[in-house]
Amino acid sequence: MHRFANPNQFLRIANPLLPWISALSVLCMAAGLYLGLFQAPPDYQQGESVRIMYVHVPSAWMALFVYASMAIASATALIWRHPLGFLMAKASAPIGACFTVICLATGSLWGKPMWGTWWEWDARMTSVLILLFLYVGYMALIDAFDDPTRGQRAASILALVGAVNVPIIKFSVDWWNTLHQPASVVKLSGPAIHPSMLWPLLIMAVGFTAFYFALMIVRLRSEIAAAKIRNIRLGQVHS
Amino acid sequence: MVVVMFFVITVALFPFGVGPESNILARIAAGVVWVCAMLATLLSLDRMFLNDYEDGSLEQLALCPLPLEIIVLAKAGAHWLVTGLPLILAAPILAMLLNMPAGGYLTLFSVMILGTPTLSLIGAIGASLTLGARRAGVLVSILVLPLYIPILIFAVGAIDAAAMSLPTRPHILFLAAILAAALPLAPWASASAIRQALN
Amino acid sequence: MENLSDFFAMGGYGSYIWPAYLLAALILTVLLILSLRDLRRNESTLQTLRAERRGDAIDETDT
Repeated sequence: MHRFANPNQFLRIANPLLPWISALSVLCMAAGLYLGLFQAPPDYQQGESVRIMYVHVPSAWMALFVYASMAIASATALIWRHPLGFLMAKASAPIGACFTVICLATGSLWGKPMWGTWWEWDARMTSVLILLFLYVGYMALIDAFDDPTRGQRAASILALVGAVNVPIIKFSVDWWNTLHQPASVVKLSGPAIHPSMLWPLLIMAVGFTAFYFALMIVRLRSEIAAAKIRNIRLGQVHS
Repeated sequence: MVVVMFFVITVALFPFGVGPESNILARIAAGVVWVCAMLATLLSLDRMFLNDYEDGSLEQLALCPLPLEIIVLAKAGAHWLVTGLPLILAAPILAMLLNMPAGGYLTLFSVMILGTPTLSLIGAIGASLTLGARRAGVLVSILVLPLYIPILIFAVGAIDAAAMSLPTRPHILFLAAILAAALPLAPWASASAIRQALN
Repeated sequence: MENLSDFFAMGGYGSYIWPAYLLAALILTVLLILSLRDLRRNESTLQTLRAERRGDAIDETDT
């Protein structure tokens, strides 16, 4: 564990992987786009509009996956006191927030022809909106301190508090939604989805995940460089 | 008392915003009272630890043999006494001004008693995380309000259910469960945030 | 040609599908460009700082 916690050790492993992950991401996204836009059949109920699903659903998965990764990185950083986890969480947050925004925007564009409104206080969309607030809070907190390590520590505690709250929020929003809304919302029949639609979805999800990891490594390298710059500057001030 | 003033004024704004029709006000009364109570709670959160942090007495408290978690719990309790309790007393009067259905008052009272301590406890996390941060007051709101949403949902759900003479027990049990979970977890998270702030 | 316009029309849903895909592509591309620019700037700053220091001290940040 501690071997990988050293930033330079980590970069020695991550840097050679970066081109491969990037290539995987580009290939999967291209294949997913081709399958999703050309090969997959239109839905018998929702027609061609179902094609929005191939960006909407993977980005929803990513919104949750990135938050979970952030929470795990924060927890390991707080428990074993190594800075790499803090930097990983910090590098991930904007990516997760972007996926969340994509999820909300594409959901809105899907909702307009399906539900007749841009925004429906549907349980899932509401939960994702709250998830976006959690990302925003994390990013606001991490930048609010003059000492960057303080911001990273505080934000990591916040990420964990948020992670504990995500299931509670999800549950309460589902509860609230069933109270206030008759089941009028068109829903995808979950596991009964046809393979010709499932494949583009899964390939797209792999592409998004690879994109996240590639971008995370890039941002992490930038964060590590920024930390070294700060160290050097602090050294100059003291000497 | 400033907190209660704020509470009263924000609630009193709503009739101007949505119009004085009593049936509309009655429909939204529970939600308005709760949202305004949450905003009023936020107002005083950033002071929970800030003065002690700035004059160094928080460091003394962290060094004393009593666990920091207990001190946080006491701080949150004090915060509740000066904000939560006055809000509980003011809430029924404001609900009356908004023409809340008669069946809701007892439930309003009980969900305020169960809900406001949780607001102070979760608020303690936000207050300790933003110690020493720039624009801490606004930041606390951004961090804490999303975490308040479940409380809002169950509290308003209970009052609405009572007004329609439906069972309120499940909502109230969930509120109690959230309080029971926040009682140990929030001081723990808050204390670890204070420790890293003092380092 | 007709096939192509049929494809872009997406059975009448084109005005929702294409903005969705374009927006997603735009957001991810902008994030990628900003991240790469950040990385390049930080790494070049680090290089110049190290070049300035080289000679008078051992670089302890590299250990």
